[in-house]
Amino acid sequence: MKRIITLSVRNRPGVLNRITNLFSKRNYNIESISVGPTELEGVSRITCVVLVDNDRIIEQITKQLNKQIDVLKVADISEQSVVARELALIKVMAPPQARNEINSLIEPFRASVIDIGKDSMIIQITGETEKVEAFIELVKPYGIKELARTGTTAFPRGTQRTNSSKTYSIV
Amino acid sequence: MLQEAAFTEAKAKAKSISGAELMLEALEKENVEVIFGYPGGAVLPIYDKIYDSKILHVLPRHEQGGIHAAEGYARISGKPGVVIATSGPGATNVVTGLTDAMMDSLPLVVFTGQVATGVIGTDAFQEADILGITTPITKYNYQVRNIEDIPRIVKEAFYIASSGRPGPVVIDIPKDIAATITDTPAEQEMDLPGYQPTVEPNYLQIRKLTEAISRAKKPVLLAGAGILHAKASGLLKEYAEQQQLPVVHTLLGLGGFPAEHPLFLGLAGMHGCYTANMALYECDLLVNIGARFDDRLTGNLQHFAPNAMIAHVDIDPAEIGKNIPTQIPVVADAGEALSQLVKQNGKQPEHSEWMERLDGWKKEYPYFYDEEAPSLKPQKVMELLYKKTNGEAIVVTDVGQHQMWAAQYYKFSNADRWVTSGGLGTMGFGLPASIGAQLADPSACVIAVVGDGGFQMSTQELAVIKELNLPIKIAVFNNMALGMVRQWQEIFYDSRYSHSKIPVQPSFVKLADAYDIKGYVINNNEEAEKILDEVLNNNEPVLLDFRIEPNENVYPMIAPGKGIHEMVGVKK
Repeated sequence: MKRIITLSVRNRPGVLNRITNLFSKRNYNIESISVGPTELEGVSRITCVVLVDNDRIIEQITKQLNKQIDVLKVADISEQSVVARELALIKVMAPPQARNEINSLIEPFRASVIDIGKDSMIIQITGETEKVEAFIELVKPYGIKELARTGTTAFPRGTQRTNSSKTYSIV
Repeated sequence: MLQEAAFTEAKAKAKSISGAELMLEALEKENVEVIFGYPGGAVLPIYDKIYDSKILHVLPRHEQGGIHAAEGYARISGKPGVVIATSGPGATNVVTGLTDAMMDSLPLVVFTGQVATGVIGTDAFQEADILGITTPITKYNYQVRNIEDIPRIVKEAFYIASSGRPGPVVIDIPKDIAATITDTPAEQEMDLPGYQPTVEPNYLQIRKLTEAISRAKKPVLLAGAGILHAKASGLLKEYAEQQQLPVVHTLLGLGGFPAEHPLFLGLAGMHGCYTANMALYECDLLVNIGARFDDRLTGNLQHFAPNAMIAHVDIDPAEIGKNIPTQIPVVADAGEALSQLVKQNGKQPEHSEWMERLDGWKKEYPYFYDEEAPSLKPQKVMELLYKKTNGEAIVVTDVGQHQMWAAQYYKFSNADRWVTSGGLGTMGFGLPASIGAQLADPSACVIAVVGDGGFQMSTQELAVIKELNLPIKIAVFNNMALGMVRQWQEIFYDSRYSHSKIPVQPSFVKLADAYDIKGYVINNNEEAEKILDEVLNNNEPVLLDFRIEPNENVYPMIAPGKGIHEMVGVKK
């Protein structure tokens, strides 16, 4: 199953290395990881999407992450109501005769064209992973020349429908 | 006039100081008694200041020996062991020791030199990415980027290394930063918002545990090295006696509970005794204090304490539930948890039947060997060492058969008398670790029990023993083989002894002689008795080459993949 873990970490040399190292050392599988600064100076936010077989593994992951000295906070937000977004840039083959057709796909996905070349265009799409993946599938037949994705970054929503947030820390 | 004097005084106070001096000042503040270090290019500025330092500096003959000595020192003194190694090969030579300390939770502060900041990343001479290399094998690591951070970083390193679950911390200091001269920097506070080990147990969990014990019919207390790190052996005894709980030890926990105590069942695990392992198998309540359910203890997890409720007290929350699902988790320092438990003064379990059963096993299944054999039995040697030191010596071992015999036959009556490489199983650990142990307790009788294989991985450290005239008794259990490997090949690989028998062995006595250390070859029981009487109380190092029975195996044994109740070799 897929799990989203968010971390607040101190922005110190080697901190990302320590986190990713932990995943490889303990044989955990990261699907994506994204890192960036936060509203606090010196604090970065890391969002990891991990694939795990059972709850015990995710409990171990959060505990091992929590143990890291530069990690300020760990949350497994998979069970919460979240906003999760990723961004993809897709350079797709687009000879003039195909452009209208591609444009008609772009609109319902609220993607946008950010560059057009002689026979290709670059499309930017943001959204949840499923949406991004559906769109990539759709444009695949036209020929994807290059593809870059940021990986998911996520927040719990301001209002949670029910209090279903699972906590894994013991005591 | 007065004003002028005050001004010069202030100026003198803000004196110029180098990075290396800042580092040594910080070490003095931490009351460091001894540094195990090896000089080299990148640490020359540091060594120039060590030349004038009051702190004892021990020069091992290999950096790996230095860090193992620091581990031995840390284990016995309870204080962080301090190591200095130069950049590149000096730093990579301490990698094994760092991993060993990480596995066995030993506090170390290891300084590594680094090439000058300007050339980091250029593959400069003796450059190694030591932060990258040591990240997975340290509790934390630093590279000093600003000279004024040195005092704070050292303070934090000692705090991190010795608090919570102890572990090694590396501080990488580029050469130019050690050499730079600056005005004495303003004092900085420790800045570790993400590090707050939980020391106090949760009261409700303590209540729960107390109730579980009062209801148990077949309780057992498993005590690990967490007891020793917390200096809680007294509390452990008090609690076990108050509740009348039988106690088993992990390999690393030995000494936490007096071995001759009637409540003590013995060592558990792969080569543990029948009673301890069967107690773990059959219990209905397993209270683990400060052990991490290592695979060498549990055997096949499916058969480990299958009918028991599990309570686990550990200062590291990540250990709880890692290998064994746990019903009563208690995140706390072992000492704090025990003192709370003692205060509860809960009802004793009704377990007389269980206790009788355990006593029956103890009588029926003791460790055994052929005492009538004409050859020198390693178990006999350990028994002699135990008797002749009244169980009060510090026993330091290497890794392999001799380590297991020591764990089985040396009955520790006190805590912090046992130094061994458990989690990582590092051959070559014993001899240098005994140096650190002796330095930590100069008046103690230290016995380094080593095999002929592991001894040859660090013989160069004999020079240090001679140089400091440390009265260490080096007992080489010489079976002309890598005994444990040989044993496994005999049992699991059809006696195909692939490279486990050592065909050419030097004369260890002559080797000792080359270092001006007295040595004896011991071939039989009479010689063993006589020579031990002669040398154990003298005040100089001695090497004893025990020519033990080469085909002796360690029993009982749980084969890999087997359950803890499926021991072989439990009875004559």
